[in-house]
Amino acid sequence: MNKIIDVSNLNRIFDVSKPWLNRVIERKEKAYLAAVSDVSFGIEENSVYALVGESGSGKSTIGKMIVGLLSPSSGSVEINGVDLMREMDKVKVDTVRSDIQMIFQDPYASLNPRWKVRNIIAEPVAARGGDTKGLAEKLLEQVGLSAGDADRFPHEFSGGQRQRICIARALASGPKIIVCDEPTSALDVSVQAQVLNLMSDLRDELGLTYLFISHDLTVVQHMADKIGVLYLGRLVEEAPRETLFANPKHPYTQMLFDAAPRMDSFGREIPPPQGEIPDAINPPSGCAFHPRCPMATEVCRREIPALRDISGARVACHLAE
Amino acid sequence: MTKTPVLSVRDLIVEIPTRRGVLRPVDRVSYDIHSGQILGVVGESGAGKSMTGNAVIGLLDRPARITSGEILLSGEPIHQLQGEPLRRLRGKRMGMIFQDPLTSLNPLLTVGEQLTETIQEHLGLSNADARNRAIAALEEVGIPAARQRIDSYPHEFSGGMRQRVVIALALCAEPELIIADEPTTALDVSVQAQIIALLKRLCRERGVAVMLVTHDMGVIAEAADRVAVMYAGRLAELGAVRDVVMSPSHPYTAGLMASTPLASIGQKRLRQIPGSMPRLGALPDGCAFHPRCERATDQCKTGGSPTIASGGGRAACIHPLPAAKSEVTQ
Repeated sequence: MNKIIDVSNLNRIFDVSKPWLNRVIERKEKAYLAAVSDVSFGIEENSVYALVGESGSGKSTIGKMIVGLLSPSSGSVEINGVDLMREMDKVKVDTVRSDIQMIFQDPYASLNPRWKVRNIIAEPVAARGGDTKGLAEKLLEQVGLSAGDADRFPHEFSGGQRQRICIARALASGPKIIVCDEPTSALDVSVQAQVLNLMSDLRDELGLTYLFISHDLTVVQHMADKIGVLYLGRLVEEAPRETLFANPKHPYTQMLFDAAPRMDSFGREIPPPQGEIPDAINPPSGCAFHPRCPMATEVCRREIPALRDISGARVACHLAE
Repeated sequence: MTKTPVLSVRDLIVEIPTRRGVLRPVDRVSYDIHSGQILGVVGESGAGKSMTGNAVIGLLDRPARITSGEILLSGEPIHQLQGEPLRRLRGKRMGMIFQDPLTSLNPLLTVGEQLTETIQEHLGLSNADARNRAIAALEEVGIPAARQRIDSYPHEFSGGMRQRVVIALALCAEPELIIADEPTTALDVSVQAQIIALLKRLCRERGVAVMLVTHDMGVIAEAADRVAVMYAGRLAELGAVRDVVMSPSHPYTAGLMASTPLASIGQKRLRQIPGSMPRLGALPDGCAFHPRCERATDQCKTGGSPTIASGGGRAACIHPLPAAKSEVTQ
């Protein structure tokens, strides 16, 4: 299978320093936050790749860099072999831009309340001067709404219906890749099921590739073919779904799986995970997970573990085997 | 059980008069919570679960009001209390934990000031005693170095630690009942597990009754002893958590359970409940769930809405699902 997205050694650093005068008065250094550090992965065509992690793990930052909403500090994102940040050929950039679309988390904030649904959906095509006649109606029916909804405004729809409108908009330019940043976490479970089913159907019909960003392991387990687990901006484990869920190798992945609530966990008395995600401005030395890791040794405090291939998975842990 | 439940809600109705008619966000809801027990209240947005919690603690915003039914706290009716008597009760005998720990703490006061204020108000201790009590409360909820951190402001704590402070605040006057409204929704999975473990421990050690409002069936299964499933302002099902999760009786509970990705691992598609919850202004006749229910008959479409009492079992349903085999053999 060929890789449609190739991310290599991606880094993103944010300057979180206080203003200049405060730094002088309080004698503080500049402060930087490494939101994404040295992340590399590839996404195969017509597959679903999921990035999971807790807040501050850098999953949304990676998503934004892939669609080009943020530029990487270093490293590259290639989509079909084109690096949007460096490519000089405008035609190529333009094609790739309409090949990749995004669905955001909050369907209330990502639709313009003053625009009719027809204009919202047709905008990705209209902005490039394309023909938008009947486009919105066709897409609305494709996502399970009715053509008559095109003349209504976003406030007339429920959360699940709005997320369908967001999906219709993402489909308008005929993309190959859709980056979904927590597409169902604002929705109720029964509506979530409808939206996830719709996304699976569209993937089969249109041959789409998804980058699925989520904190919800159950959703990821249902949707993804391959999963990358992030911790404090680094990829700590990457494996195909079956391998990851059957046999998580990184202690952080194991902790995450144990902590997730389960349906059959009545009266479960397990010690909850220790500690919290450390401050990303002053991350721990060596492996960022070592202060919370039950197995941490001297080497974990000293050296940042590299991703190693271990029986079908890539794991960044000194002790995993 | 002959013991008086800590909280007893009887046929509670909350109504909101609007220009287009009277809405009922809570409709004939009844349940008990005993000491040391966690009752999970689960439902989708708009099901009336938060409204029930707010009605109990007297936080209904006008024009919403209780128009009928009773709320008994250890046997005493509290639904008609207002003003000073209600204020004395809140914090002292009932504590509340909200979803967002940042907005439920005052950013201008240190954590210690907020805790001692509550402690002195309800227990009338001296400054020094109240401060010691506050430190003990912070230690109990697992805040490391509580003696140093008591003078920090809320923004100096992380999300999980803030929620612990809110729990300490709810517990510091030793209430009989705690209402926790989505206490873990804003938190990460690993912190959520810590907070659930904390709530369970406090509930067991102190014998507090907890009403845990959440939309997450997994959290309910993990934490609750009993569960109340709400749909369109009405109770759909009420029972022991194991029975409800393993063998749901109301078709809505079954649908809710089946639509979580957990229930259909390895299947291509998720089971989904068609349609969405009706708006309160446009509730269908009969059972509110019938337009989405595959078991619905003509009987469900007419007449009054079924209640748990009229259903005769756990569920407010005319055609409840049969119990699973595993339950029969037990």
